[in-house]
Amino acid sequence: MNKPLRHVWLVVGVLFVLLFTSTTYFQVIAQSRLNANGQNLRTTYNEYGRHRGPIVVDGEAIANSTASGDTYGYLRGYDPGAMYAPVTGYYSVVYGFSGIERSLNDTLSGEADALFYHRISDILSGKQGRGATVELTLDAKAQEAAWDALDGRRGSVVALDPETGAVLAMVSAPSYDPNQLASHDTAAVQEAWSQLNDDPDRPMTNRAIGGDLYPPGSAFKLVVASAALESGDYTADSVIPGPGTYTLPNSSSVMNNFSAGRTDPCGPDDESTLAEALRQSCNTSFAQLGVAVGEDQLATTAEEFGFGQRLEIPLSVTPSSIGTDLDDAQLATTSIGQYEDRVTPLQMAMVAGTFANDGVIMEPQLVQAVRTSDLSTVAELSPKELGQPLSASNASQMRQMMVGVVEDGTGTAAAIDGVEVGGKTGTAEWGEDRAAHSWYVGYGQVDDQKIAVAVVVEEGGYGSRTAAPIARDVMEALINP
Amino acid sequence: MATIVSYTARPRRLTQALLLAFAVVIGVGAYALVGLGRFDEVPADLMQVGVGSAVLAAALQVVVMWRTPYADPVILPLVVLLNLLGIAMIKSVHAANEIYGLRTSASADRQMLWGIVGVVLCLVVLVLLRDHRRLRRYTWISAVVGGVLLLLPLVPVIGDSRNGSRIWINIAGNSFQPAELAKIAFAIFFAGYLVSRRDTLALAGPKVLGIHLPRWSDFGPILVAWGFAMAVLVFETDLGTSLMFFGLFVAMLYVATDRLSWLVIGAVMFLPPAVFAATQMSHVRTRLTCWLDPLSSDNYSSCEQINQGLFGLANGGITGAGLGEGRPDVVPHAESDFIFTSFAEELGMVGAFALLLLYLLLVQRAIRAAVGISDGFGTLLAGGLGFTLALQVFVVVGGVTRVIPLTGLTLPFLAAGGSSLVCNWIIVGILVRLSDAARRPAARQVEGLDAPAAPRPAPEVVS
Repeated sequence: MNKPLRHVWLVVGVLFVLLFTSTTYFQVIAQSRLNANGQNLRTTYNEYGRHRGPIVVDGEAIANSTASGDTYGYLRGYDPGAMYAPVTGYYSVVYGFSGIERSLNDTLSGEADALFYHRISDILSGKQGRGATVELTLDAKAQEAAWDALDGRRGSVVALDPETGAVLAMVSAPSYDPNQLASHDTAAVQEAWSQLNDDPDRPMTNRAIGGDLYPPGSAFKLVVASAALESGDYTADSVIPGPGTYTLPNSSSVMNNFSAGRTDPCGPDDESTLAEALRQSCNTSFAQLGVAVGEDQLATTAEEFGFGQRLEIPLSVTPSSIGTDLDDAQLATTSIGQYEDRVTPLQMAMVAGTFANDGVIMEPQLVQAVRTSDLSTVAELSPKELGQPLSASNASQMRQMMVGVVEDGTGTAAAIDGVEVGGKTGTAEWGEDRAAHSWYVGYGQVDDQKIAVAVVVEEGGYGSRTAAPIARDVMEALINP
Repeated sequence: MATIVSYTARPRRLTQALLLAFAVVIGVGAYALVGLGRFDEVPADLMQVGVGSAVLAAALQVVVMWRTPYADPVILPLVVLLNLLGIAMIKSVHAANEIYGLRTSASADRQMLWGIVGVVLCLVVLVLLRDHRRLRRYTWISAVVGGVLLLLPLVPVIGDSRNGSRIWINIAGNSFQPAELAKIAFAIFFAGYLVSRRDTLALAGPKVLGIHLPRWSDFGPILVAWGFAMAVLVFETDLGTSLMFFGLFVAMLYVATDRLSWLVIGAVMFLPPAVFAATQMSHVRTRLTCWLDPLSSDNYSSCEQINQGLFGLANGGITGAGLGEGRPDVVPHAESDFIFTSFAEELGMVGAFALLLLYLLLVQRAIRAAVGISDGFGTLLAGGLGFTLALQVFVVVGGVTRVIPLTGLTLPFLAAGGSSLVCNWIIVGILVRLSDAARRPAARQVEGLDAPAAPRPAPEVVS
């Protein structure tokens, strides 16, 4: 009976070959298709069941995962929640994730290519894989100062280290509690979600880098002044016209020199130096300066400052813009930060930082370091130059003019004893019968420390009264820790 | 026998001892890893499990040395390893259910208890069954017992229907799958019956399409077996069980007669019932749909189980999620019917292959014993038991990996379930006994003879 037994063995062999084949098919060949299947809960569970790395500011975890003992394995928690929410984003089992949670998901979950060897060693040592820690560049004191100073008003604050591009503060208010969205109670999450989305104040928008952007108002005059200096035809002491009113070219519209209908000229004989025009924030001076410098020069300088660039810091930054194909009348209003000018507070902080960094603009970055769970460093912040919009000497002239603004102009509320503070306020009009947005853009410098800061308070009225003090609070928090 | 197979008569008991130790270390190690994976700590009962496994393995070793000194040294280590791995995986699924709380599943403790019962029964078989040929006396008793067991789930009060199949009995809260025990009875019956009737059954009848059909008058037995398979299919609505019994019969018939025609006839006879089941039974129809196209949105919810199993396979990939680190808890019955996908998820394709190879090796040892045994009854019994094992693995693993439609069988030694585990341990006892008979030096050999074992006389000559 050996021959039939051999045949039986052959049949068994064939049956097992089928099993080997089918197993290989589903585990290797069809693997990615099955993993990508929308019905595959395991993909979700794997995503949420990982021990995700924390997000750290100044050594304290502001986002952390703890074992939850339910079907997802881990619960993401945020402390303090709202203050950092625009940066950290949320991590929701219902609505996915946003902010750093999204941009650096691979790193936090441990799936990033850079963590490959770490992952292998985890597999070999049988440890459960843990995501990497993301350390942010944010300064807890500055962040808190900015958050407290805004005090719930709609607006945003950004502070940068102009020499490295490190983002020291990024606040957007009103904010939300990401713990509400990270909860595993699906019904509660859905309710919180719809409430947040229905809120007319749009608490889930990071106003520092996105949303609808803001008209910069007079703060934009810094860009116009830079363009003028860079054109080579002007210095800080150049005398430029600054009448009480200015009829826009080819138009019947009349621009007043100051807001609230004030029509006093910028100086005797309807003219003043560039520095003086900036100090007083004369509209007619800068409108005419912009027209004289021309759209090309203005657009070039603005582009060099980062306008129109899509940055990943690693959060995606909405590009700021000054509009295109402007006629002279439009160019005139553009030059005082109105018309189609739309900027992010981050962009304005970058502009201010450029002056403090001798004309060199650094790429803003939010991540100080990425470390694995055993504390070996995977990546560290390396400063990157974005370009040089203006020469060191022009940057120095800009600084002098801005110091003039703070010492004896519209920005006095930003002054700090013993610190070189330069800046520019803005009062951006944006809608009929609505209060103007309040701006302050500037830098502070003492010893080797430099800070660039941009503040916007929606419908905050005069920049000099509302935004400038907030900037001072933030700079003080950074300078006197 | 066309060729004479001769083994040098070496007991190889030391080999078995080492392999058993290896199996216990691997199995208990897997158990520890599951605890580490799920709770980041070694299971509290690791010591008990380790010592218990070692004691049982030692008992097996001692009894084998005492009763079946020439037994195949690989069979028991393979089974011990499979049993321990099964316990580890049941623990993993149970722990996952505890942690994530989607559903509940049987605990590993229960399986350990049944494992102990199984080992004890295996030892009893080894001690009491001095010669496998004694089983031949019970040929017809086995037939009756097997028939009764198989039809037991149809008895109104104790019969129990699950997932559309009526293959369970329930007595005082304890459920039992009698088909597992019937498998043993039928294997004994088929072997005993066929060995005495093989010459007649092998006689050639009319020739159709180049195949010698058996004589019409010899169709009786296969019709009876077919009838039983039909009864199981129609009344217990389980394609898997009926396929297994019919397959067992046909395979043994083929081995006994060496007539290919029986295989063809068997395959042809099983077609109508399979078609009948596929068209007339709603749960078989569902399973057929889920076999062909489980992932489409129309079928997704009705094929939830198989889909989750497939996702588990994909989640495992080549190297697996790691013991205690997969999510088998999202698969319904991940500790029993779908334990293969649980393994494939946590140990990956590498681990799944290893498991299949363990089974293949076990089947190979059974068939090798069948080849070595000098009496036809033993050959048929060993071959039959080996083939059912293979068929069962194929039906289960093929079912979850979409080679064939899903049926209600369980994976021997791995799946949670007392009846299956205990019955398979009894089968192992019989197999060890058979392998001892296969490898034992020829009887009445002069002791102290230095010359290599003389070739045994070929006892069976196939015409």
